[in-house]
Amino acid sequence: MALRTPLNDAHRRLGARMVDFAGWDMPVQYAGGIAEHETVRTAAGLFDVSHMGEIEFRGPGALEAANGLITQDLARIADGQAAYAGLLTPEGTFVDDVVAYRFSPERILICVNASNREKDFAWMSQHAKGVKPVDRSDEYGQIAVQGPKAAGIVQRLTKTDLSKLATYRFQEGEVAGVPCIISRTGYTGEDGFELYCPAGQAEKLWNALLEAGQSEGLKPCGLGARDTLRTEMKYALYGNDIDEQRTPLEAGLGWIVKLDKADFIGKAALEKQKAEGVKRRLVGFELTGAGIPRHGYPILKDGKRVGEVTSGTMGPSVKKAIGIGYVPTELTAEGSTFDVEIRGKPVPARVVKTPFLKKS
Amino acid sequence: MASNPKDLKYTKEHEWARTQGNVVVIGVTDHAQEALGDVVYVELPKVGDTLTAGKPFGVIESTKAVSELYAPISGKVVKVNDALADSPQTVNSDPYGAGWIVEAEPSDAGQVASLMDVAAYEAFLAQGGN
Repeated sequence: MALRTPLNDAHRRLGARMVDFAGWDMPVQYAGGIAEHETVRTAAGLFDVSHMGEIEFRGPGALEAANGLITQDLARIADGQAAYAGLLTPEGTFVDDVVAYRFSPERILICVNASNREKDFAWMSQHAKGVKPVDRSDEYGQIAVQGPKAAGIVQRLTKTDLSKLATYRFQEGEVAGVPCIISRTGYTGEDGFELYCPAGQAEKLWNALLEAGQSEGLKPCGLGARDTLRTEMKYALYGNDIDEQRTPLEAGLGWIVKLDKADFIGKAALEKQKAEGVKRRLVGFELTGAGIPRHGYPILKDGKRVGEVTSGTMGPSVKKAIGIGYVPTELTAEGSTFDVEIRGKPVPARVVKTPFLKKS
Repeated sequence: MASNPKDLKYTKEHEWARTQGNVVVIGVTDHAQEALGDVVYVELPKVGDTLTAGKPFGVIESTKAVSELYAPISGKVVKVNDALADSPQTVNSDPYGAGWIVEAEPSDAGQVASLMDVAAYEAFLAQGGN
Protein backbone atom coordinates (compact mmCIF):
# COMPACT_ATOMS: atom_id res chain seq x y z
CA MET A 1 0.00 0.00 0.00
CA ALA A 2 1.55 3.26 -1.15
CA LEU A 3 2.01 6.04 1.35
CA ARG A 4 -0.01 9.19 0.71
CA THR A 5 0.72 12.78 1.58
CA PRO A 6 -2.06 15.00 2.96
CA LEU A 7 -2.34 16.48 -0.55
CA ASN A 8 -3.06 13.20 -2.38
CA ASP A 9 -6.72 14.06 -3.10
CA ALA A 10 -5.75 17.55 -4.23
CA HIS A 11 -3.31 16.11 -6.79
CA ARG A 12 -5.93 13.76 -8.19
CA ARG A 13 -8.46 16.57 -8.50
CA LEU A 14 -5.87 18.58 -10.43
CA GLY A 15 -5.46 15.70 -12.86
CA ALA A 16 -1.94 14.74 -11.86
CA ARG A 17 -0.33 11.59 -13.18
CA MET A 18 0.71 9.70 -10.06
CA VAL A 19 3.73 7.42 -9.68
CA ASP A 20 5.42 5.48 -6.93
CA PHE A 21 8.38 7.34 -5.44
CA ALA A 22 10.19 5.64 -2.56
CA GLY A 23 6.92 4.00 -1.56
CA TRP A 24 4.92 7.24 -1.85
CA ASP A 25 2.09 7.87 -4.30
CA MET A 26 3.30 11.16 -5.75
CA PRO A 27 2.45 13.43 -8.71
CA VAL A 28 5.08 13.12 -11.47
CA GLN A 29 3.38 15.76 -13.61
CA TYR A 30 0.16 17.70 -14.10
CA ALA A 31 0.28 19.55 -17.45
CA GLY A 32 3.68 18.19 -18.54
CA GLY A 33 7.18 18.09 -17.13
CA ILE A 34 8.84 20.55 -19.51
CA ALA A 35 6.02 23.10 -19.21
CA GLU A 36 6.20 22.85 -15.41
CA HIS A 37 9.99 23.22 -15.50
CA GLU A 38 9.65 26.42 -17.53
CA THR A 39 6.93 27.71 -15.22
CA VAL A 40 9.35 27.47 -12.30
CA ARG A 41 12.14 29.23 -14.22
CA THR A 42 9.89 32.09 -15.39
CA ALA A 43 7.01 32.40 -12.88
CA ALA A 44 6.44 30.05 -9.96
CA GLY A 45 5.67 26.40 -9.27
CA LEU A 46 4.04 24.67 -6.35
CA PHE A 47 5.43 21.31 -5.21
CA ASP A 48 4.13 18.86 -2.65
CA VAL A 49 7.19 17.72 -0.70
CA SER A 50 5.27 16.38 2.28
CA HIS A 51 6.94 13.01 1.78
CA MET A 52 10.19 14.45 3.16
CA GLY A 53 10.86 13.48 6.76
CA GLU A 54 11.36 15.80 9.74
CA ILE A 55 13.37 14.66 12.73
CA GLU A 56 13.66 16.86 15.79
CA PHE A 57 16.20 17.22 18.59
CA ARG A 58 14.79 19.13 21.52
CA GLY A 59 15.97 20.14 24.99
CA PRO A 60 19.31 21.01 26.58
CA GLY A 61 22.11 19.48 24.51
CA ALA A 62 20.00 19.30 21.30
CA LEU A 63 22.54 21.24 19.24
CA GLU A 64 25.47 19.13 20.43
CA ALA A 65 23.58 15.88 19.79
CA ALA A 66 22.68 16.86 16.21
CA ASN A 67 26.09 18.41 15.60
CA GLY A 68 27.80 15.10 16.33
CA LEU A 69 25.93 13.54 13.44
CA ILE A 70 26.31 16.03 10.61
CA THR A 71 29.09 17.65 8.61
CA GLN A 72 28.02 21.27 9.10
CA ASP A 73 28.67 23.19 12.30
CA LEU A 74 25.41 24.15 14.00
CA ALA A 75 27.41 26.04 16.62
CA ARG A 76 28.54 28.47 13.94
CA ILE A 77 25.19 29.30 12.39
CA ALA A 78 22.60 31.62 13.91
CA ASP A 79 19.18 30.83 15.34
CA GLY A 80 16.82 31.05 12.38
CA GLN A 81 19.44 29.73 9.99
CA ALA A 82 19.48 26.42 8.10
CA ALA A 83 22.39 24.43 6.71
CA TYR A 84 22.65 21.80 3.99
CA ALA A 85 24.68 18.96 5.46
CA GLY A 86 25.79 15.37 5.16
CA LEU A 87 24.76 12.65 7.59
CA LEU A 88 27.66 10.24 7.25
CA THR A 89 28.78 6.74 8.06
CA PRO A 90 32.09 6.28 9.94
CA GLU A 91 33.60 5.67 6.47
CA GLY A 92 32.60 9.21 5.51
CA THR A 93 29.94 8.11 3.01
CA PHE A 94 26.40 9.43 2.88
CA VAL A 95 23.70 7.93 5.07
CA ASP A 96 21.70 10.88 3.69
CA ASP A 97 21.92 14.52 2.72
CA VAL A 98 19.81 16.73 4.96
CA VAL A 99 18.89 20.30 5.83
CA ALA A 100 19.35 21.16 9.52
CA TYR A 101 17.30 24.03 10.97
CA ARG A 102 18.57 25.78 14.09
CA PHE A 103 15.63 27.31 15.97
CA SER A 104 17.79 27.61 19.09
CA PRO A 105 20.56 25.56 20.68
CA GLU A 106 17.75 23.56 22.28
CA ARG A 107 15.70 22.93 19.15
CA ILE A 108 17.12 21.52 15.92
CA LEU A 109 14.92 20.16 13.13
CA ILE A 110 16.46 17.99 10.44
CA CYS A 111 14.70 17.54 7.11
CA VAL A 112 15.59 14.19 5.52
CA ASN A 113 14.86 12.43 2.23
CA ALA A 114 11.61 10.46 2.02
CA SER A 115 13.48 7.36 0.89
CA ASN A 116 15.75 7.47 3.95
CA ARG A 117 13.39 8.56 6.68
CA GLU A 118 13.29 5.30 8.62
CA LYS A 119 16.96 4.56 8.10
CA ASP A 120 17.96 8.06 9.22
CA PHE A 121 15.76 8.00 12.28
CA ALA A 122 17.17 4.62 13.34
CA TRP A 123 20.71 5.88 12.64
CA MET A 124 20.25 9.08 14.61
CA SER A 125 18.53 7.25 17.49
CA GLN A 126 21.43 4.82 17.69
CA HIS A 127 24.26 7.37 17.44
CA ALA A 128 22.97 10.62 18.95
CA LYS A 129 24.59 11.50 22.27
CA GLY A 130 22.61 13.09 25.09
CA VAL A 131 19.37 14.00 23.34
CA LYS A 132 17.32 11.41 21.49
CA PRO A 133 15.62 12.44 18.25
CA VAL A 134 11.87 12.38 17.67
CA ASP A 135 10.42 11.50 14.25
CA ARG A 136 7.85 14.21 13.57
CA SER A 137 7.43 13.45 9.87
CA ASP A 138 3.75 12.55 10.10
CA GLU A 139 2.91 15.84 11.81
CA TYR A 140 4.22 17.96 8.96
CA GLY A 141 3.00 18.74 5.51
CA GLN A 142 5.59 20.47 3.32
CA ILE A 143 4.96 22.65 0.29
CA ALA A 144 7.67 24.24 -1.86
CA VAL A 145 6.89 27.45 -3.76
CA GLN A 146 9.71 28.07 -6.22
CA GLY A 147 10.39 30.62 -8.93
CA PRO A 148 11.00 34.33 -9.50
CA LYS A 149 7.38 35.13 -8.57
CA ALA A 150 7.38 33.01 -5.40
CA ALA A 151 8.26 35.80 -2.94
CA GLY A 152 5.51 38.11 -4.21
CA ILE A 153 2.91 35.38 -4.04
CA VAL A 154 3.80 34.16 -0.54
CA GLN A 155 4.14 37.74 0.73
CA ARG A 156 0.50 38.44 -0.09
CA LEU A 157 -0.51 35.62 2.25
CA THR A 158 1.72 36.43 5.24
CA LYS A 159 2.56 39.22 7.67
CA THR A 160 6.14 37.94 7.93
CA ASP A 161 8.40 40.39 6.08
CA LEU A 162 9.97 38.14 3.46
CA SER A 163 12.32 40.89 2.27
CA LYS A 164 14.17 40.34 5.57
CA LEU A 165 14.39 36.58 5.09
CA ALA A 166 17.65 35.73 3.31
CA THR A 167 18.52 32.48 1.58
CA TYR A 168 18.79 29.58 4.02
CA ARG A 169 17.06 31.59 6.75
CA PHE A 170 13.69 30.70 8.21
CA GLN A 171 11.03 32.09 10.51
CA GLU A 172 7.89 30.78 12.11
CA GLY A 173 4.80 32.62 10.97
CA GLU A 174 1.43 32.23 9.35
CA VAL A 175 0.76 31.80 5.64
CA ALA A 176 -2.92 32.00 4.63
CA GLY A 177 -3.76 31.64 8.32
CA VAL A 178 -1.82 28.36 8.57
CA PRO A 179 1.06 28.21 11.07
CA CYS A 180 4.24 27.52 9.11
CA ILE A 181 7.97 27.32 9.25
CA ILE A 182 8.76 29.67 6.36
CA SER A 183 12.13 28.64 5.00
CA ARG A 184 13.89 30.37 2.11
CA THR A 185 15.26 27.16 0.65
CA GLY A 186 14.60 24.91 -2.31
CA TYR A 187 15.84 22.40 -4.83
CA THR A 188 15.32 24.20 -8.12
CA GLY A 189 17.96 26.93 -8.40
CA GLU A 190 15.25 29.58 -8.20
CA ASP A 191 14.32 31.84 -5.32
CA GLY A 192 11.55 30.40 -3.21
CA PHE A 193 10.32 28.87 -0.01
CA GLU A 194 9.67 25.58 1.66
CA LEU A 195 6.70 25.84 3.98
CA TYR A 196 6.37 23.31 6.80
CA CYS A 197 2.83 23.23 8.14
CA PRO A 198 0.59 20.98 10.25
CA ALA A 199 -0.34 18.01 8.03
CA GLY A 200 -4.04 18.59 8.60
CA GLN A 201 -3.80 22.11 7.18
CA ALA A 202 -1.62 21.34 4.17
CA GLU A 203 -4.53 21.31 1.75
CA LYS A 204 -5.79 24.67 2.99
CA LEU A 205 -2.31 26.14 2.43
CA TRP A 206 -1.94 24.45 -0.98
CA ASN A 207 -5.27 25.82 -2.21
CA ALA A 208 -4.56 29.32 -0.90
CA LEU A 209 -1.20 29.37 -2.70
CA LEU A 210 -2.71 28.10 -5.96
CA GLU A 211 -5.34 30.82 -5.81
CA ALA A 212 -2.99 33.61 -4.77
CA GLY A 213 -0.51 32.71 -7.48
CA GLN A 214 -2.91 32.13 -10.33
CA SER A 215 -2.69 35.66 -11.75
CA GLU A 216 1.12 35.41 -11.79
CA GLY A 217 1.20 32.10 -13.57
CA LEU A 218 1.86 29.80 -10.60
CA LYS A 219 1.14 26.16 -11.47
CA PRO A 220 1.33 22.88 -9.57
CA CYS A 221 4.48 20.94 -10.52
CA GLY A 222 5.44 17.30 -10.17
CA LEU A 223 8.52 15.25 -9.45
CA GLY A 224 9.45 15.23 -13.15
CA ALA A 225 10.06 18.97 -13.21
CA ARG A 226 11.70 18.82 -9.79
CA ASP A 227 14.25 16.39 -11.19
CA THR A 228 15.12 18.36 -14.37
CA LEU A 229 15.30 21.60 -12.35
CA ARG A 230 17.72 20.15 -9.80
CA THR A 231 19.82 18.40 -12.47
CA GLU A 232 20.40 21.72 -14.28
CA MET A 233 21.80 23.01 -10.96
CA LYS A 234 23.84 19.83 -10.34
CA TYR A 235 22.09 19.40 -7.01
CA ALA A 236 22.68 15.87 -5.80
CA LEU A 237 19.82 13.40 -5.53
CA TYR A 238 20.28 10.76 -2.86
CA GLY A 239 20.29 7.28 -4.35
CA ASN A 240 21.41 8.63 -7.72
CA ASP A 241 24.44 10.88 -7.21
CA ILE A 242 25.27 10.19 -3.59
CA ASP A 243 24.84 7.11 -1.42
CA GLU A 244 26.66 4.96 1.11
CA GLN A 245 29.51 4.43 -1.38
CA ARG A 246 30.29 8.14 -1.90
CA THR A 247 31.75 10.83 0.31
CA PRO A 248 31.03 14.58 0.25
CA LEU A 249 34.58 15.23 -0.97
CA GLU A 250 34.01 12.96 -3.96
CA ALA A 251 30.61 14.53 -4.59
CA GLY A 252 32.04 18.06 -4.81
CA LEU A 253 30.38 18.95 -1.52
CA GLY A 254 33.50 19.82 0.44
CA TRP A 255 31.83 23.14 1.31
CA ILE A 256 29.29 21.37 3.55
CA VAL A 257 32.04 19.67 5.54
CA LYS A 258 33.53 21.60 8.48
CA LEU A 259 36.62 19.61 9.40
CA ASP A 260 37.60 22.22 12.00
CA LYS A 261 34.49 21.64 14.12
CA ALA A 262 34.05 19.25 17.06
CA ASP A 263 33.96 15.56 16.18
CA PHE A 264 31.22 14.16 13.98
CA ILE A 265 30.66 10.71 12.51
CA GLY A 266 32.77 10.34 9.38
CA LYS A 267 35.20 13.15 10.19
CA ALA A 268 38.29 10.97 10.59
CA ALA A 269 37.59 9.18 7.31
CA LEU A 270 37.22 12.50 5.47
CA GLU A 271 40.44 13.86 6.99
CA LYS A 272 42.21 10.77 5.75
CA GLN A 273 40.65 11.01 2.29
CA LYS A 274 41.58 14.67 2.07
CA ALA A 275 45.17 13.96 3.09
CA GLU A 276 45.53 11.09 0.64
CA GLY A 277 43.79 12.91 -2.19
CA VAL A 278 40.37 12.32 -3.65
CA LYS A 279 40.63 9.79 -6.48
CA ARG A 280 37.25 10.29 -8.17
CA ARG A 281 34.94 13.23 -8.33
CA LEU A 282 31.44 14.09 -9.42
CA VAL A 283 31.51 16.30 -12.52
CA GLY A 284 28.94 17.87 -14.79
CA PHE A 285 29.24 17.20 -18.51
CA GLU A 286 27.50 17.88 -21.78
CA LEU A 287 27.05 15.20 -24.38
CA THR A 288 28.66 16.44 -27.59
CA GLY A 289 27.29 13.48 -29.58
CA ALA A 290 23.66 12.46 -29.95
CA GLY A 291 21.70 10.93 -27.09
CA ILE A 292 20.87 11.47 -23.45
CA PRO A 293 23.04 10.28 -20.56
CA ARG A 294 21.17 8.30 -17.89
CA HIS A 295 21.84 6.99 -14.40
CA GLY A 296 24.05 3.92 -14.54
CA TYR A 297 25.54 4.41 -18.02
CA PRO A 298 29.29 3.66 -18.08
CA ILE A 299 31.83 6.46 -18.62
CA LEU A 300 34.71 5.37 -20.87
CA LYS A 301 38.12 6.81 -21.58
CA ASP A 302 39.96 5.30 -24.55
CA GLY A 303 37.45 2.45 -24.49
CA LYS A 304 38.08 1.58 -20.83
CA ARG A 305 35.43 1.97 -18.16
CA VAL A 306 36.56 4.69 -15.74
CA GLY A 307 33.35 5.87 -14.12
CA GLU A 308 29.60 6.11 -14.39
CA VAL A 309 26.76 8.50 -14.96
CA THR A 310 24.66 9.16 -11.87
CA SER A 311 22.06 11.56 -13.33
CA GLY A 312 21.26 12.84 -16.77
CA THR A 313 18.54 14.48 -18.78
CA MET A 314 17.76 16.78 -21.63
CA GLY A 315 17.93 20.11 -19.78
CA PRO A 316 14.77 22.03 -20.66
CA SER A 317 16.34 25.44 -19.88
CA VAL A 318 19.91 24.78 -21.01
CA LYS A 319 18.55 22.90 -24.05
CA LYS A 320 21.34 20.36 -24.00
CA ALA A 321 21.80 16.75 -23.02
CA ILE A 322 23.51 17.09 -19.64
CA GLY A 323 24.83 14.62 -17.15
CA ILE A 324 26.47 14.19 -13.77
CA GLY A 325 28.88 11.39 -13.06
CA TYR A 326 31.94 10.17 -11.19
CA VAL A 327 35.25 10.21 -13.07
CA PRO A 328 38.91 9.88 -12.03
CA THR A 329 40.34 13.18 -10.75
CA GLU A 330 42.50 13.61 -13.88
CA LEU A 331 39.32 13.90 -15.98
CA THR A 332 37.60 16.56 -13.89
CA ALA A 333 39.03 19.77 -15.38
CA GLU A 334 36.67 21.84 -17.49
CA GLY A 335 37.05 20.77 -21.11
CA SER A 336 38.16 17.22 -20.28
CA THR A 337 36.64 14.71 -22.66
CA PHE A 338 35.42 11.15 -22.30
CA ASP A 339 32.71 8.91 -23.75
CA VAL A 340 29.40 7.84 -22.29
CA GLU A 341 28.37 4.36 -23.32
CA ILE A 342 24.79 4.54 -24.55
CA ARG A 343 23.25 1.21 -25.61
CA GLY A 344 26.67 -0.23 -26.33
CA LYS A 345 28.02 2.74 -28.28
CA PRO A 346 30.50 5.37 -27.07
CA VAL A 347 29.11 8.92 -27.34
CA PRO A 348 31.53 11.83 -26.74
CA ALA A 349 31.07 14.15 -23.76
CA ARG A 350 32.88 17.19 -22.36
CA VAL A 351 33.22 18.40 -18.77
CA VAL A 352 31.61 21.82 -18.27
CA LYS A 353 31.25 24.34 -15.46
CA THR A 354 28.32 23.76 -13.15
CA PRO A 355 25.62 24.67 -12.41
CA PHE A 356 24.71 23.98 -16.03
CA LEU A 357 22.20 26.80 -15.85
CA LYS A 358 23.82 30.22 -16.07
CA LYS A 359 21.72 32.96 -14.54
CA SER A 360 21.69 36.15 -16.56
CA MET B 1 -6.52 13.42 -26.47
CA ALA B 2 -6.33 13.00 -30.25
CA SER B 3 -8.57 10.31 -31.66
CA ASN B 4 -6.94 7.28 -33.25
CA PRO B 5 -7.31 7.41 -37.05
CA LYS B 6 -9.57 4.75 -38.51
CA ASP B 7 -7.37 4.05 -41.52
CA LEU B 8 -4.36 2.88 -39.48
CA LYS B 9 -3.35 -0.47 -38.05
CA TYR B 10 -2.03 -0.81 -34.50
CA THR B 11 0.17 -3.00 -32.30
CA LYS B 12 0.14 -3.92 -28.62
CA GLU B 13 3.41 -1.99 -28.29
CA HIS B 14 1.45 1.14 -29.25
CA GLU B 15 2.88 1.65 -32.71
CA TRP B 16 0.79 2.43 -35.75
CA ALA B 17 1.29 1.49 -39.42
CA ARG B 18 -0.17 3.16 -42.49
CA THR B 19 0.06 1.59 -45.93
CA GLN B 20 0.97 4.24 -48.46
CA GLY B 21 1.45 2.75 -51.93
CA ASN B 22 4.39 0.34 -51.69
CA VAL B 23 5.60 1.53 -48.31
CA VAL B 24 4.39 1.44 -44.74
CA VAL B 25 4.70 4.52 -42.55
CA ILE B 26 5.30 3.77 -38.87
CA GLY B 27 4.84 5.88 -35.76
CA VAL B 28 3.75 5.70 -32.13
CA THR B 29 0.17 6.14 -30.97
CA ASP B 30 -1.36 8.99 -29.06
CA HIS B 31 -1.59 6.71 -26.04
CA ALA B 32 2.16 6.03 -26.31
CA GLN B 33 3.15 9.70 -26.50
CA GLU B 34 0.82 10.50 -23.61
CA ALA B 35 2.32 7.73 -21.48
CA LEU B 36 5.88 8.74 -22.36
CA GLY B 37 5.45 12.40 -21.53
CA ASP B 38 7.65 15.04 -23.16
CA VAL B 39 9.67 13.34 -25.88
CA VAL B 40 13.20 14.76 -25.97
CA TYR B 41 15.12 12.33 -28.18
CA VAL B 42 14.42 9.74 -30.85
CA GLU B 43 17.15 7.36 -31.94
CA LEU B 44 16.30 6.44 -35.52
CA PRO B 45 17.51 3.50 -37.60
CA LYS B 46 19.37 4.19 -40.86
CA VAL B 47 17.93 3.99 -44.33
CA GLY B 48 18.60 0.45 -45.51
CA ASP B 49 18.37 -1.11 -42.04
CA THR B 50 16.25 -4.24 -41.71
CA LEU B 51 13.14 -4.28 -39.56
CA THR B 52 11.98 -7.50 -37.94
CA ALA B 53 8.38 -7.62 -36.76
CA GLY B 54 8.20 -7.44 -32.97
CA LYS B 55 11.88 -6.52 -32.58
CA PRO B 56 13.28 -3.14 -31.42
CA PHE B 57 14.36 -0.80 -34.23
CA GLY B 58 14.92 2.44 -32.37
CA VAL B 59 14.62 4.24 -29.06
CA ILE B 60 12.37 7.02 -27.89
CA GLU B 61 13.26 9.00 -24.78
CA SER B 62 11.21 11.36 -22.67
CA THR B 63 12.68 13.55 -19.94
CA LYS B 64 12.46 10.60 -17.57
CA ALA B 65 12.09 7.35 -19.49
CA VAL B 66 13.84 5.39 -22.23
CA SER B 67 11.56 3.16 -24.34
CA GLU B 68 12.26 0.92 -27.30
CA LEU B 69 10.40 1.19 -30.57
CA TYR B 70 9.16 -2.18 -31.84
CA ALA B 71 8.72 -2.86 -35.52
CA PRO B 72 5.10 -3.61 -36.44
CA ILE B 73 6.26 -5.42 -39.58
CA SER B 74 9.38 -6.89 -41.17
CA GLY B 75 10.97 -5.01 -44.04
CA LYS B 76 13.60 -2.50 -45.05
CA VAL B 77 13.80 1.13 -43.89
CA VAL B 78 13.50 3.46 -46.90
CA LYS B 79 13.07 6.80 -45.15
CA VAL B 80 13.48 8.17 -41.61
CA ASN B 81 11.94 11.30 -40.13
CA ASP B 82 15.12 13.38 -39.75
CA ALA B 83 13.10 16.36 -38.54
CA LEU B 84 12.73 14.58 -35.19
CA ALA B 85 16.40 15.27 -34.45
CA ASP B 86 15.64 18.97 -34.01
CA SER B 87 12.05 18.72 -32.84
CA PRO B 88 11.39 15.39 -31.11
CA GLN B 89 8.40 16.99 -29.37
CA THR B 90 6.51 16.62 -32.69
CA VAL B 91 5.88 13.04 -31.54
CA ASN B 92 3.78 14.54 -28.73
CA SER B 93 2.03 17.24 -30.71
CA ASP B 94 1.26 15.28 -33.89
CA PRO B 95 1.83 11.54 -33.35
CA TYR B 96 -0.18 10.49 -36.42
CA GLY B 97 1.13 13.21 -38.74
CA ALA B 98 4.43 15.08 -38.65
CA GLY B 99 5.56 12.87 -35.75
CA TRP B 100 5.89 9.75 -37.94
CA ILE B 101 9.12 7.82 -37.36
CA VAL B 102 10.12 5.66 -40.35
CA GLU B 103 8.93 4.46 -43.72
CA ALA B 104 9.60 0.85 -44.59
CA GLU B 105 9.23 -1.43 -47.57
CA PRO B 106 7.49 -4.52 -46.16
CA SER B 107 9.10 -7.87 -46.88
CA ASP B 108 5.61 -9.26 -47.34
CA ALA B 109 2.74 -6.99 -48.31
CA GLY B 110 0.15 -8.90 -46.30
CA GLN B 111 1.71 -8.17 -42.88
CA VAL B 112 -0.08 -4.91 -42.15
CA ALA B 113 -3.49 -6.52 -42.57
CA SER B 114 -2.77 -8.87 -39.68
CA LEU B 115 -2.32 -5.98 -37.18
CA MET B 116 -5.17 -4.65 -35.02
CA ASP B 117 -7.70 -2.26 -36.51
CA VAL B 118 -8.73 0.83 -34.56
CA ALA B 119 -11.65 -0.93 -32.84
CA ALA B 120 -9.44 -3.77 -31.67
CA TYR B 121 -6.72 -1.35 -30.50
CA GLU B 122 -9.16 0.78 -28.56
CA ALA B 123 -10.66 -2.32 -26.96
CA PHE B 124 -7.08 -3.32 -26.01
CA LEU B 125 -6.53 0.11 -24.44
CA ALA B 126 -9.88 -0.07 -22.63
CA GLN B 127 -8.72 -3.31 -21.01
CA GLY B 128 -5.76 -1.41 -19.64
CA GLY B 129 -3.37 -2.68 -22.29
CA ASN B 130 0.18 -1.52 -21.95
